[in-house]
Amino acid sequence: MPTKDEIFEKIQVALIDALGVDDDEVTPEAKLVGDLGAESIDFLDIVFRLEKSFDIKIPRGELFPEDVLTDAKYVQDGRVTETGLAELKERMPFANLDEFAENPVVQDFGNVLTVADMCRFVEGKVEVTD
Amino acid sequence: MRWYWIDRFLEFESGRIAKAVKNISLAEDHLHDHFPNYPIIPNSLVIEGMAQTGGLLVCEHKDFVEKVVLAKVPKARFYSEAVPGDSLVYTTTIEYMSEEGAMVSATSHKGDEVHAEAEIVFAHLNDPRLGPLFDPSSFLRMMRLLGAYEVGHAADGGPLKPPKRLLDAEKEDLAQ
Repeated sequence: MPTKDEIFEKIQVALIDALGVDDDEVTPEAKLVGDLGAESIDFLDIVFRLEKSFDIKIPRGELFPEDVLTDAKYVQDGRVTETGLAELKERMPFANLDEFAENPVVQDFGNVLTVADMCRFVEGKVEVTD
Repeated sequence: MRWYWIDRFLEFESGRIAKAVKNISLAEDHLHDHFPNYPIIPNSLVIEGMAQTGGLLVCEHKDFVEKVVLAKVPKARFYSEAVPGDSLVYTTTIEYMSEEGAMVSATSHKGDEVHAEAEIVFAHLNDPRLGPLFDPSSFLRMMRLLGAYEVGHAADGGPLKPPKRLLDAEKEDLAQ
């Protein structure tokens, strides 16, 4: 069972390998897209590395529920509705969506996830020791 | 020009590892255009050769049902140039495989010398609106042409055999 620090270290390695960034760039606050330059195809690569490294399964849409963003039920005029935000919060308890909720433009959603969010996501999938 | 960037499989262990050889020849047109009067194989085509070696390995493991496409090359390092007369041996190993795709590590050797190393990510295209990427009968012909069934082994160690679906398609084609 890994500790939270070990989870962070493994995620750091996965992001360094997948995104070609330096270790000092991979801080908990760093945004995957905005700060580390992740593009959509990188998420597949990152998911493979996390699944392998932690021996977990990450079904499509779990880390990044893109289906919500393309569902007319949750999106109006390019913005996520209140119901959509509630759905995202339920589906992504590991992510801090407060900033996004202030101006929930769909195309900005890609820049929501931080390294700390990824750590919390993995912590929810493995047993963590102190 | 045909889009074959490997000449023949040397080894093919289902779900694990595949080795293929690429013989570089001065008869290849592109060598004369890449750097005029300085014929070297473009590194991008070495990556393509490694991706064909690894991609067919990934594809075979799921009986060629998945549409496997090259999604990303997270790493590629080249240590030397390869010129006409060189034989490059590409070795690809499946590092991880899931429902969504696979990650493969690859090397290119010139004799004992490591010529290049790469990591390749493949994705499975699973949009139901997409038709098949290849005609199954031609696909089988390509695997035969590359010698996969002459050198290959299935996961249980027995000889590698084409899946029934491809054999049936081939039979149908021959009957026409």
